[in-house]
Amino acid sequence: MSEDRLSRVFAALADPTRRDIVARLAVGDATVSQLAAPYNVSIQAVSKHLKVLEDAGLVSRSQDAQRRPRHLEAEVFDMMTAWIERYRRQAEERYRRLDAVLAAMDDDSEPTTNKGATS
Amino acid sequence: MSTNARQEAETRETTIEADPNLPIIRIIRDFDAPREKVFRAWIEPELVAQWLGPKSSEMRIDEWNARTGGNYRYAAVKNGEEVAAFYGSFHEVRPNERLVQTFTWEGMPDGVSLETMTFEDLGDGRTRTIGLSLVENLEARDAIMASGMDVGVNEGYEKLDALLAHN
Repeated sequence: MSEDRLSRVFAALADPTRRDIVARLAVGDATVSQLAAPYNVSIQAVSKHLKVLEDAGLVSRSQDAQRRPRHLEAEVFDMMTAWIERYRRQAEERYRRLDAVLAAMDDDSEPTTNKGATS
Repeated sequence: MSTNARQEAETRETTIEADPNLPIIRIIRDFDAPREKVFRAWIEPELVAQWLGPKSSEMRIDEWNARTGGNYRYAAVKNGEEVAAFYGSFHEVRPNERLVQTFTWEGMPDGVSLETMTFEDLGDGRTRTIGLSLVENLEARDAIMASGMDVGVNEGYEKLDALLAHN
C-alpha cells in the first residue's frame, strides 16, 4: 500500500461516523439507506461519507443497479497490524496510568502474604 | 533475583495478541507492584477511575460493584457530555487471582464480550496481568481493534502513518 493510499485510508477512518460505517459493512453489505438508518443525518450526508471511503478504496459498490449495496474491501483488514498497534498503544497508555496509580497507592491494607526479603 | 527482575523489566511494555483464527484478543502487561496491590487497583472504584477508560480525566464511574455477581457501568465524558458508555457484570471475582467480566459498549448493545483477567505473582513484588477478551466472531473482534482508533486519533495517527510508511 502506497504512502498516499495509506494517508487517505487513515484520513477516511479519522471520522467516527465513517469508522462506524466500516464496522457495520464488516458484518455485511448494505445499501445507502440501510447505512443511513441509525444516524440522525440525511442520505446525502451518508453518501458523502461513503464517497470518502470509496476514494480511500475501503468501500466499493456492487453492480446491482437497483440497490447498489456497498461492500467493504477485504483489503481493509490488511491494516489489522496498524489497528493492533494502535490498540496496543491505547492499552499501554492505560497501563501507564495504572503504574502511576500503583506507585501512589498507600500500603494501607498490607497483604498478609510473605513480605519476603526486599533485598 | 535481580537478573530475573531485569529480564522482566525488558518485557514490561504491553503485548497484544490477536489470533487470526479465533475471536480473541490477549493483552499482557507486567507491573512493578505486588499482586494484592494490582488487584486492588482493579476492584476499588476510586482507583479504577484513575486509570481505566479512554482518558483518566474524562472517566466517570456510575457503578463498580466488584464482587461475584456484581455489576458495573462507566462512561467516557467530554465537555460534560457522555460520549461512550460501557457496562457489564462481574461473573467472578477471585481475590488476587482472577476477574471475569462481561463487557458491552452501549453503542452496540447486542455485542458482548467476556473478559478474563488473570493476575500472576512474578515474585520480587512484581505482577503479570493477562487479559483475555472473547468476542462473538472475527468481524466483531476486528471492529473492536479498529475502534482503538477512536481515541486521540488526531494526535496519534499522523505519527502512526509515518511509522507505517517507513515499513
